[in-house]
Amino acid sequence: MIKFSNVSKRYPGGNEALRQVSFEVGPGELVFLTGRSGAGKSTLFKLIPAIERPTSGSVLVSGQNVSALKPAAVPFLRRNLGLVFQGQKLLYDRSVFDNVMLPLAFSDFSPREAAKRARAALDKVGLLDRERANPIQLSGGEQQRVAIARAVANRPAILIADEPTANLDSDSAAAILSIFASFQQVGVTVLIATHDLALIKRAGGRVLRLEGGTLVEGGDAA
Amino acid sequence: MNAWLSQHLQAFRGALRKLAAQRTASLFNVLVIGIALALPAGGYVVLTNIQGVATRFLLEPQLSVFLEPGAKPADREGLEKQLKAEPRVASIRFIPRDEALTELRKTEGMAEVIAALNQNPLPDAFVLKMRALPPDQMEALATELGKLPGVGHVQADSAWARRLSALIGIGRLGMGLLAALLATGLVAVTFNTIRLQVLTQREEIEVARMLGATDGFIRRPFFYLGALQGLAGGAIALLVVAGGLFLLNQGVRALAETYGSSFQLAFLAPGDALAVTLFASLLGWLGAYLSVSIYLRGIEPR
Repeated sequence: MIKFSNVSKRYPGGNEALRQVSFEVGPGELVFLTGRSGAGKSTLFKLIPAIERPTSGSVLVSGQNVSALKPAAVPFLRRNLGLVFQGQKLLYDRSVFDNVMLPLAFSDFSPREAAKRARAALDKVGLLDRERANPIQLSGGEQQRVAIARAVANRPAILIADEPTANLDSDSAAAILSIFASFQQVGVTVLIATHDLALIKRAGGRVLRLEGGTLVEGGDAA
Repeated sequence: MNAWLSQHLQAFRGALRKLAAQRTASLFNVLVIGIALALPAGGYVVLTNIQGVATRFLLEPQLSVFLEPGAKPADREGLEKQLKAEPRVASIRFIPRDEALTELRKTEGMAEVIAALNQNPLPDAFVLKMRALPPDQMEALATELGKLPGVGHVQADSAWARRLSALIGIGRLGMGLLAALLATGLVAVTFNTIRLQVLTQREEIEVARMLGATDGFIRRPFFYLGALQGLAGGAIALLVVAGGLFLLNQGVRALAETYGSSFQLAFLAPGDALAVTLFASLLGWLGAYLSVSIYLRGIEPR
């Protein structure tokens, strides 16, 4: 589903965030990406939805070469990815339900079908009874679950989460993890960046470890 | 198709919501647009009205041919024959001096003046209705006719109307320039409003981009917002013009009555009124387009 081949990323100013990173994530796999802050996790994640482009090497997502994608094609790539980014980025000027409706607003669903899918997504993260609440009224863990519901509303084949359990207590983190596990069980490819080693141990998935921009564990031999 | 329509509907509703959410700011924006548009629109209305009067004279150009005071009936008959043979003349009407005097007596205040005279000072006259002629040919014909025997004086009645028409032409050009300037101003006003809107919605745009919204989807509500503001401004402009005409007409009616006329300034034709509002909304759209093209570019998910 996701294949990095000799990917390097150098930011303007010479900071080399990734060096010759190669790995492959198969369909339905649950993979953890770990490493210290500044190891290149966020950069690697931004390459998948084409928020950043690699300086060299190629990134393939569902067989599509993301690094060579035309700007006009990028939105359609992103619709097939469920992205849960750091800081959730929920909109506080609307209800939980309307937040989850956001990605459905520009898909081709009828309003009725869209609402159905939004409720189904909220149901999966256990927040169906809070659909009318404003996200600001929810706890950190609940907000993270809203962000996940929004990411999966379009039923993407790939789910990517950057530090989804940061700043959460261990119970909330466990709840979040079990949600991701449930998606993996229905065939969704899940890639989670985290430095929460306890979480990884509990889930027991495959681990990719970055150190200073180089993949030191779990990658393909370059 | 259904999804496309519902997306447009959604964008339209979103724009209405934004206008409503910022009622005061929107109201003032719309007022600025409306008042700026009312100036050229009002000027256009007044000029069109005056032109209506002038064209009525230009469409039926007349020449008055006054005979010499001592002209004999034979001269008159000869002249009549010559005038009738003239292909540029559509019809002629003879007004004998006695009839002219009777007519003049009916005019208020003139009866006493005429009574004081011991003889009729008026000459016989022909009033010629002309076929439509270019102005310079009218002048030429008038000079030509003035040379005929027995003719004392020829007057082209439409000369003033032509001058007025030329003045109106200049006025229109002025209004056109004013309209162009103010239209640019309107685009600038919308540009700025939409820029602020884009910046306040930065977060929402970022999230929408991250979730896979196309540029078209993100831009659409802003286009609607700009066009709606323009439309509302156009409507305000029409209201301002209508109000102005109402006030002006009270004076115009009183003035027209002294001339025995029921003339008053008419409002824009429905087609023109529609054109004003559509033009205004087009300007709003253009301002939004420019603004969005520039300011959306920088907003990407981080």
